[in-house]
Amino acid sequence: MTTANLPQARFEYLLRLGDNALILGQRLSEWCGHGPVLEQDIAITNIALDHIGQARSIYAYAAELEGKGRSEDDIAFLRDAWDFHNVQLVEQPNEDWAYTIVRQFLFDSANYYLYQSLTRSSDEQIKAIAEKSLKEITYHLRYSSEWMIRLGDGTELSHQKMQTALDDLWMFSGEILMMDDLDKFMHDLGIGADLDAIKPLVDAKRRDVISEATLRIPENPWMQSGGKQGRHSEFLGHMLSDMQFMQRAYPGMSW
Amino acid sequence: MNELTLEQEFQAKIDADLKIEPKDWMPDAYRKTLIRQISQHAHSEIVGMLPEGNWISRAPSLRRKVALLAKVQDEGGHGLYLYSATETLGIDREELIEDLHSGKAKYSSIFNYPSLNWADIGAIGWLVDGAAIMNQVALCRTSYGPYARAMVRICKEESFHQRQGYEILLSLCRGTEVQKRMAQDAINRWWWPSLMMFGPPDTDSPNSEQSMKWRIKRQSNDELRQRFIDMTVPQADFLGLVVPDPQLKWNEERGHYDFGPIDWEEFRNVLKGNGQCNRQRMKDRIKAHEEGAWVREAAMAYAEKRSRRQEQVSSVA
Repeated sequence: MTTANLPQARFEYLLRLGDNALILGQRLSEWCGHGPVLEQDIAITNIALDHIGQARSIYAYAAELEGKGRSEDDIAFLRDAWDFHNVQLVEQPNEDWAYTIVRQFLFDSANYYLYQSLTRSSDEQIKAIAEKSLKEITYHLRYSSEWMIRLGDGTELSHQKMQTALDDLWMFSGEILMMDDLDKFMHDLGIGADLDAIKPLVDAKRRDVISEATLRIPENPWMQSGGKQGRHSEFLGHMLSDMQFMQRAYPGMSW
Repeated sequence: MNELTLEQEFQAKIDADLKIEPKDWMPDAYRKTLIRQISQHAHSEIVGMLPEGNWISRAPSLRRKVALLAKVQDEGGHGLYLYSATETLGIDREELIEDLHSGKAKYSSIFNYPSLNWADIGAIGWLVDGAAIMNQVALCRTSYGPYARAMVRICKEESFHQRQGYEILLSLCRGTEVQKRMAQDAINRWWWPSLMMFGPPDTDSPNSEQSMKWRIKRQSNDELRQRFIDMTVPQADFLGLVVPDPQLKWNEERGHYDFGPIDWEEFRNVLKGNGQCNRQRMKDRIKAHEEGAWVREAAMAYAEKRSRRQEQVSSVA
């Protein structure tokens, strides 16, 4: 990539961040009113709100950079799955509280170091968004780590459910740290994070929490990828058809 | 002191507008009435999350999505403080939830109606929260301290929700034809059930008289209903929506709106379990609770393990 590609590259890089936040926020919001206990229903909704809030700040900046007059809603509601750049992990279904917590922990453990590194971005706007979001993400990581440990080391049943969720979701945990050309380009410009540098920190955090939770990391090292480049799992299309229904059925209206 | 003196003192406190606190003596029937009423209120908040939650995934803009999510979350928070207020009367949340699931405890019947289009989110905020506020403002001065204090906090948030609901409808009514149609469809379906939220007419309200004497309740069902109508009709006019009551008319002499007869047969039916969503709502609540059982058990087991480990550590030290 050359600097001629910069506007497009930066736009897509922002979408990776924003789409992770929106899609995970949308997933978590499905819990609202259905949580395992009222306090956690409220807590998980808070996390959903944080993610959607982050997505909005990122989209607003992306739209401004793009300069085509698109709004945050155009970006969220008027793209099909192949134009979404989130990692496949965040679109995986909630299933139950175990999957939800494992997904959240695998995401938070990487997202925390990613945003920490973005607080040093040469892009002032990204830096500001990262600084603000990092406070929330620090709390998310604490929350999901605590729940990993509590449920992994809770009862026999909870241990087994957590291990199953970890076994199923583990193959989606690597994509967020895979550095492709776009990630490299953005890092070279001082805008994006060095994922290779973050990886050992993330691995260590995951190992510590998973081991304290008395769970084991699956042996199969194969990792899925493609979400960042717009290739998704079957689940994203269904989520979008629900999320985008109003904007698609009643286009061009203000709400 | 004998029961009679205690009861006289209790009533004197009430008559002097003093609050009754958890440790004060209170007649059993007062305690039971409060448990019934506050828990019913808590259950209504929790079940009420469902019809609105139905639109979170489909909210038409990110701004609306965040606002709705936060709103439904607030209802959960209200449920939480109301359960805590009920617990001050010596009953625990688990038991209250069992009573809800077994059908022994009730919740507001309004939530047995379905939320069918986006404008319902506006109408629920405006009408349902609006009617709830009418009831609740009156309850901010209720005689039982913890309930009154919970109500003060809840009322503040509810009035914010009500404005937010009205604002959703305002956007629709200033929008396109199809958006106006959504708004009108919503008011057509939510108007009458909202009026029923004030409960049966005073002539037919079995618990009212005693509750008024104990100042649990401070205004009658019919008074509150009339006040709600008087306040709401001009707001509907401003939106350009038609209130679905052909007999609705301003009565100069009374200084109130006259309105048509309420279908109490429908009210009794929904109360009895024949609303479209009674079964669906309970099924959803029971499912969430049952599927959450392993999580609650694991959290408890872990907490016990941890405190045992800490004890071991401190006994070694």
